[in-house]
Amino acid sequence: MAEIVLRQSPLDHLSLDARAVAEPGPAGVVAGERRFVAKVNLRGDPADEAFVKVAKGALKVFLPTTPNTVDGKRDRYALWLGPDEWLVIGAPGTEGRLVADLRKALDGIVAAVTDVTEGRTVIRLSGVHARETLAKGCGLDLHPRAFGRGRCAQTRLGKANVILHQLDDAPTFDVYVERSFADYLWRWIEDGASEYGFAIVAEPIMAALKARRATR
Amino acid sequence: MLLIACPFCGPRDETEFRCGGESHIARPGPAETVSDERWGDYLFNRANPKGVHLERWLHGHGCGQWFNVARDTVSHRVLAVYRMGDPPPKDLTP
Repeated sequence: MAEIVLRQSPLDHLSLDARAVAEPGPAGVVAGERRFVAKVNLRGDPADEAFVKVAKGALKVFLPTTPNTVDGKRDRYALWLGPDEWLVIGAPGTEGRLVADLRKALDGIVAAVTDVTEGRTVIRLSGVHARETLAKGCGLDLHPRAFGRGRCAQTRLGKANVILHQLDDAPTFDVYVERSFADYLWRWIEDGASEYGFAIVAEPIMAALKARRATR
Repeated sequence: MLLIACPFCGPRDETEFRCGGESHIARPGPAETVSDERWGDYLFNRANPKGVHLERWLHGHGCGQWFNVARDTVSHRVLAVYRMGDPPPKDLTP
C-alpha cells in the first residue's frame, strides 16, 4: 500500500474537484472519480469447497461463478474476471485489512491474494445517456436485455482495457481503468458525453445523488 | 471483424482476442527417440489448410482464457468454439 502522504490518484492533475458542481441539473451524463477504492485480485478453484466457503466467510459476499456477474452491495463487491479469478472491491483504505484477512483465512488452501489497488482507478458514470456514451467505444452489447444491473465485463473502451460494472438501472457504471490510461479515458468520456450535457460531481455528492434516486 | 463466442464470456469482438496458431499439436517424445526431422516438423511445420482450421485463441482483453476455434479459412466463418482439452467436433476434424 502506498504511503497516504505520497498517494496520488491518476486523475489528480485534472483537478476534477475544482470543476465539480453541487447540482448536475439536466446533464445527461454525470461523472466523477472514485479515488483509492480497494481492489484485491483473488484466484482459486471454485470447485474447491473449502476455498469457496472460506472466501465467502472472509468477504461476506459470494464469489460468482456465472461469467461476467457481480455479487455484493454498496462498497463490497466480488466481480467475476475469469473461471478462477475475481476482483474484490472494498471501501478506500481497506485493502490492507482485506488482504490480511483473506490470506489468514485461506492459509493452507491453494489460492492467490494480490493487492491491485494502485493499478487502476474508478470512473463512475451515471445518467440517462451514460449507456450511449460507453457504447460509442465499446464492442459489447450494453442494451438492458444483454447487460444490466449486477453485470460486469472486461473489455475495451476506446483504446483502453477496462472492467465495466453496472451498479443500477439509472444506469450507473463503474469503469475500472488502468492507471496509465486513466487520463486518456477520462478525456475520451468527457468528449463522448459532451453532446448529452456533462457534469462532474465530487464523490460524496455522487453517493447522495444515488441515494436520492433510490428514494424517489 | 470476427465475432468470436468466448466459451466463458460469450460473443466478443475479434480485437479482444489473440490468435495462438494451430491447435492439437502434440509434442513428440521421449526426446532421445525423436529424429531431428520429426522435431523440426513439430517446431516449424503447420497445416495451413484451405478450409477448416483448428486453432487456439486467447481472450486476452477479457477473461484471459485460452480456447479452441474451428474456423473456415476460405469464408472466415467461425464454425465451432470448444474449450482447451476438449476434442474437436467430429464433423469438423480434417
